[in-house]
Amino acid sequence: MTATVPPKAPTFLGLPTAPRGVGHLRGDQSFPDAARGALRDGQLRANLGHATSTIRGKRAKVVDELPDWAQLREAGRALKTATMARLDDHLEELERQVTARGGVVHWARDANEANEIVTRLVQATGTSEVVKVKSMATQEIGLNEALEAAGLDVFETDLAELIVQLGEDKPSHILVPAIHKNRAEIREIFARTIPGVDPDLTDDPRQLAMAARTHLRERFLRARVAVSGANFAVAETGTLTVVESEGNGRMCLTLPETLITVMGIEKVVPTWRDLEVFLQLLPRSSTGERMNPYTSTWAGVTPGDGPQEFHLVLLDNGRTAVLADEVGREALHCIRCSACLNVCPVYERAGGHSYGSVYPGPIGAVLSPMLTGVEDNASLPFASSLCGACYDVCPVAIDIPSILVHLRAEHVEAQERPTAEAVAFRGLAKVMSHPRLWHLAQRASRLGRLIARGRPTLPNALPPPVSGWTRSRDLPTPPKETFVESWVREHGS
Amino acid sequence: MKVALFATCLVDTLTPSVARATATLLQRLGHEVVVPPGQSCCGQMHVNTGYRREAVPIVANHVRAFAGAEAIVAPSGSCVASIHHQQAAVARRAGEHRLADEAEELAGRTYELSQFLVDVLGVTDVGAYYPHRVTYHPTCHSLRLLKVGDRPYQLLRAVRGLELVELPDAEQCCGFGGTFAVKNADTSTAMLTDKMANVLGTHAEVCTAGDASCLMHIGGGLSRLRAGTRTVHLAEILASTEEAVTPDQHTAPAVSA
Repeated sequence: MTATVPPKAPTFLGLPTAPRGVGHLRGDQSFPDAARGALRDGQLRANLGHATSTIRGKRAKVVDELPDWAQLREAGRALKTATMARLDDHLEELERQVTARGGVVHWARDANEANEIVTRLVQATGTSEVVKVKSMATQEIGLNEALEAAGLDVFETDLAELIVQLGEDKPSHILVPAIHKNRAEIREIFARTIPGVDPDLTDDPRQLAMAARTHLRERFLRARVAVSGANFAVAETGTLTVVESEGNGRMCLTLPETLITVMGIEKVVPTWRDLEVFLQLLPRSSTGERMNPYTSTWAGVTPGDGPQEFHLVLLDNGRTAVLADEVGREALHCIRCSACLNVCPVYERAGGHSYGSVYPGPIGAVLSPMLTGVEDNASLPFASSLCGACYDVCPVAIDIPSILVHLRAEHVEAQERPTAEAVAFRGLAKVMSHPRLWHLAQRASRLGRLIARGRPTLPNALPPPVSGWTRSRDLPTPPKETFVESWVREHGS
Repeated sequence: MKVALFATCLVDTLTPSVARATATLLQRLGHEVVVPPGQSCCGQMHVNTGYRREAVPIVANHVRAFAGAEAIVAPSGSCVASIHHQQAAVARRAGEHRLADEAEELAGRTYELSQFLVDVLGVTDVGAYYPHRVTYHPTCHSLRLLKVGDRPYQLLRAVRGLELVELPDAEQCCGFGGTFAVKNADTSTAMLTDKMANVLGTHAEVCTAGDASCLMHIGGGLSRLRAGTRTVHLAEILASTEEAVTPDQHTAPAVSA
């Protein structure tokens, strides 16, 4: 049969996406393949199940105690929408204000440019060591690898990032990069990798934290350069903000002589007042706290106080391409709280590494494919049952399920040749839009009765794609008559 | 009231007893039921799998089939949610503005069964009798897109003989997700396993819900495990009375036809 090929959209080469060969936005495996392995890891399942349900509970408790959460969430959404509509103006204002306060602003088109800029800035200081504040943007662009390739030593100072770095592992969660490790596994990593660690180290959380503290303290005190990300940047005052729990960030932001901040361009907010909304939304959504322990803000350079050299690297790396997508641009509103990860039934079972990107979970399943171009992460938009739990908890009301569905269509429409699936779906669309054909097809489905040979369910072994279902679930044997058929027989049409 | 019944493609083809029960129930409540023979599918499976352009003629067929209906009722939260949230949007995106307007207008008169009973007809006690231990799974689209809230519980609590037991982690997805169940079969099965563990933990004889698709998933898993708990649609429970249990209600394994 001839499938009707829908008219092809005119080829729009589009805005540049995040380049290949650098950074951590693409995995080596498709999501279903990566998940297959992760699902068999009982320790991972136990660790994730425990951690996500704990954070879920904490978040629900502190969100429920705010009577105006819905309005706050709507304010967050509206502020982000308005900011994105004039993103260029706000960024230029931010540049003016940071510059006026003694900072230097650098514009990085992509991961390669950002890595080059930061490497050059670090090398210019003559140091060989860098301490880092936890930052998603620098994980995204693979900054650590770039600095190490230039012969520099990089030390992550966030406890969970440190665990990941020492374990030569990859982060698996936006907020808690080592969420996939339990304390026994962390003890093992510390005992093996921290020089001079107490040989009697136990898996007591306090002992583990103290071991990390001793290890890091030395590095804070001798570091001359720190690299951070930013949670927010206020355009009108040129103020950068880092929100954290441990205080390691505060050390990095205040002790070294040079501070380099790498920030995605979507992190800008127009006014100081806007922080009122986001600093309420973020901690309750991410750690389930009313307020996070440390909120650091700084603008440019203050003589005699803190770093005397400040650089702000504004990173695009595909974000302008996301902004150009009228459905998907909402993903740029994300404030990286990870509430959507913690409620996602897919994330909870498959784990963060299955997504292949530093941005896992529901937000990652929309953000990663848009940053790289959907064909480079084509399995991610399908890695969701569209249950909608992510949308419900998102503090800025990003409609993640609708973006997932949109990206699925973008993937389907990007295919040059018709796939077997496309042929089937186009055929089925034709059938379902003509009642006569539909009734014939329903009758044809009764062939299943022959295969079932009188049993109430179809055999387990059926050809793909049905096998995907029948490997673990029974399929009912089709009935002798459809409902509409029997109704028409009884009542006439 | 004259009610047009949208059986949905899945129920019509695989579990006709659910549509039959819906019709029986509405008739018992004194309403006239019509079944437009031109109906097929709402288009959700196409939209959610990425075939939004191909879904447009399916939407057009749906709108044609139900044109002029006073009220449309479907025994599926998911299909009704798609009618409310997707049909007009995909038509509009394809430039079919008239179709979009018609779909939107029709959506305004389309109800999920529990919402229709409680909000439109104003009944919670439908006179049903179902002497079984039952647990209720709130399907994701009923819960989060349609926000049916406690309506199904109100209906179930009013059923004579029915012992309603709470399902732990009820709001967690069962892992169906349409083509997700096949494209990500392993993750889907992992989600299903946890759902089944919770269902079986209640020692309920029956797991019910407002969506035949999710029930086919949960029931398909329970049946594979040879578990004694079966899945029965909310409509089938509500249609049951002392005099007449639903035509297909028998204590058979989960997904038997």
